[in-house]
Amino acid sequence: MHEQVTSIIITGVGGQGTVLAGRILSRAAASLGQDVKVADLHGMAQRGGSVITHVRFGPKVYSPVIAQGTADYLVAFEKLEACRCLPFLKREGVLIVNDQEIPPLPVLTGAASYPKELLEILNTHVNNLVIVNALKKAKEAGSVKAVNMVLLGTLARHLSIPQECWEEAIRTSVKPEFQEVNLKAFVLGWEAES
Amino acid sequence: MVFLKEWSFNIMREVMLGNHAVARGAWEAGVRVAAAYPGTPSTEIIEALAQYKEVYAEWSVNEKVALEVAAGAAIAGARALAAMKHVGVNVASDALMTLAYTGINAGLVLVSADDPNLYSSQNEQDNRLYARFAQIPCLEPADSQEAKEMTKLAFALSEAFDTPVMLRLTTRIAHSQSLVELGEREEVPLKPYTKEPSKYVMLPAFGRERHKVVEQRRVKLSSYAEITPLNRVEWGDRRVGVITSGISYQYVKEALPGVSILKLGLIYPLPKNLIRQFIAAVDVCFVVEELEPFLEEQISSWGLPVRGKEFLPRIGEFDPRLVAEGIGPKVAEVNPSLVNDILLHNSSPSINISLPARPPVMCPGCPHRGVFYILRKLKLTVAGDIGCYTLGASPPLNAMDTCICMGASMGIALGMEKARGQEFARGLVAVIGDSTFLHAGMTGLLDIVYNRGTSTVIILDNGTTAMTGHQDHPGTGYTASRALTTKIELEQVVRGLGIKRVRVIDPYDLALTREVISAEVATPEPSVIIARRLCALLAKGTGKYKVVGMYCRSCQCCLDLGCPALTFNGEEAVIDEIQCTGCGLCAQVCPAGAIEKVGEEDA
Repeated sequence: MHEQVTSIIITGVGGQGTVLAGRILSRAAASLGQDVKVADLHGMAQRGGSVITHVRFGPKVYSPVIAQGTADYLVAFEKLEACRCLPFLKREGVLIVNDQEIPPLPVLTGAASYPKELLEILNTHVNNLVIVNALKKAKEAGSVKAVNMVLLGTLARHLSIPQECWEEAIRTSVKPEFQEVNLKAFVLGWEAES
Repeated sequence: MVFLKEWSFNIMREVMLGNHAVARGAWEAGVRVAAAYPGTPSTEIIEALAQYKEVYAEWSVNEKVALEVAAGAAIAGARALAAMKHVGVNVASDALMTLAYTGINAGLVLVSADDPNLYSSQNEQDNRLYARFAQIPCLEPADSQEAKEMTKLAFALSEAFDTPVMLRLTTRIAHSQSLVELGEREEVPLKPYTKEPSKYVMLPAFGRERHKVVEQRRVKLSSYAEITPLNRVEWGDRRVGVITSGISYQYVKEALPGVSILKLGLIYPLPKNLIRQFIAAVDVCFVVEELEPFLEEQISSWGLPVRGKEFLPRIGEFDPRLVAEGIGPKVAEVNPSLVNDILLHNSSPSINISLPARPPVMCPGCPHRGVFYILRKLKLTVAGDIGCYTLGASPPLNAMDTCICMGASMGIALGMEKARGQEFARGLVAVIGDSTFLHAGMTGLLDIVYNRGTSTVIILDNGTTAMTGHQDHPGTGYTASRALTTKIELEQVVRGLGIKRVRVIDPYDLALTREVISAEVATPEPSVIIARRLCALLAKGTGKYKVVGMYCRSCQCCLDLGCPALTFNGEEAVIDEIQCTGCGLCAQVCPAGAIEKVGEEDA
């Protein structure tokens, strides 16, 4: 029915910058004249918990919320969160995962353990898997906080939104003093698969 | 708000948060006064309104005061808005129920932001019922554009029908972003103010007369509901009809493409004839609404055949798949092509391993952590309250027995003491944050003093309203627009309420925290301990700590703090240098002295 709508889930841990990534993505899509919807969560979930941003764009978008099994892209800022959100991804969807482990509190306190070999497990379950060492590239760009821009850059290459739209969206979404670092991180993410 | 500034160049259409669209709509409608207490998912409305120079916007002490301030402004002739989360309307309901009688002068809009699925709330009550309870009109938008337009219309309706108007949002409207066309502000002059006791002084004699006005108004509003474009029919296959509103409308469009839809924008009072005609024109009719069967029960009570809650839950929020799976099979019996079958066949990859949960946690360096660590060690009964510190209920701290509503901790503690006696109070504390104390805690504390309670109240003073994103309150010394104002001193407030034993502690000092809590709980007199330290997200860190591996005994005592910066690698404790803020609690609990401050190592 709405096959022209692109549905993207961005997930991570509160504080990793998923909300900003979603905002930039929505602005880049909107600048093409597309209909855009984004669903975020604020408040208690942001205190180090799992966070999910839904972004959808196309000629006409109704629900801001993406139904399970219908996301074209899943961008995971953390491996465990990639697994948690996997049910959102459709069979032929693309998973972009940051090769980073952030142990949740039950793991830190010893009440649970962090599952081993998650990337291998993901690889056997996902047809289109892209692994990015976003933390390393963010450091390369000049800030560990630019992990979100690296992953956005990797995603951007899969989407048919021109690069100048991205640059404009980044410039209008981050403070002037952080623009260069963020743009650099975005480009490093863009080039991650080449 | 950064967003608004960024987008101030000449784009007429922009991606906007539902809450920002409400603020924009209020501004375009010429609103002059806006008031709120922060609460997810409503907070951004006032934050955005505070950025418009034409609008006076305030953080009120609580929602009741916020509605009263807005009502005062409206009675005095200015368009006014009050915004709050769903449970905030409970606090404001005393004012609301009678404002429904008095009516307004200039437009008054109450925004209720409900939270189906309890993303950041203690319940998921359905505030559409308040509109019916108070007999006031209620509008429900389905995206940001509608949020803006309906806010503007709400002011016009308020004035046309002389009533407060409720704008009901849910989290997925308030915190979703979609495209909004911007308009210009309409300067609405102040309406004349005239003294009118029979309208605004609700003595019983006047109240009786005003109740008649409420009834007349309801009839007029019902007629308006029949003709307003807020309620519209989208004809599709006439064999299947769906009546819906708000975010559920979007899910229906996605899940059941091609059905006939009666989309309600004015959800109270309902357009009885329009609904009757719609149901008569279709073969079967469903109602799709989250939470309570608000529409369904009213429609059924008129003897009309609709079905809804037998297929869809009363609990939690919907999404397109849930709607497709809930009523899709019934719709497919009539015409299978009316159901988006992608949503019925889940082909997503699933992995079969158990994933550790990632619950929200107190931040590294959170000043609440030390207090809850000590409360747990002392095995005290803790009457808790609403804020970040409610996370003290979670493992490994597990140091909270109750959390009901804003300010409840002290009443609960006093009730426990009265039920079980003073001896029980020797193992009991009430714990409440600074913003929550000023919101609804002062009366509870006064009750402890007045009624000879003896419990200890700990005020966790982190100098902000942290949970909702660091809003100011009377104790910070700043207003919503960051103007300097009188800074309320908590010590003076609690002394003024009759507390004689007041101690101020630094919760980073565990020994002192333990000593003072133990002493005050043991004393059969009411007391207040103010644990004062700025929220770690606002404070600059005080350095870094590290584990000296050779001294670590692998006892894992430090993990009892539940600090996200601390872990155990199987041999020794490890501190994540990036996350560590230098609070030093771990160094204080380490029995081996194996944790020390970077730069202050023993020579």
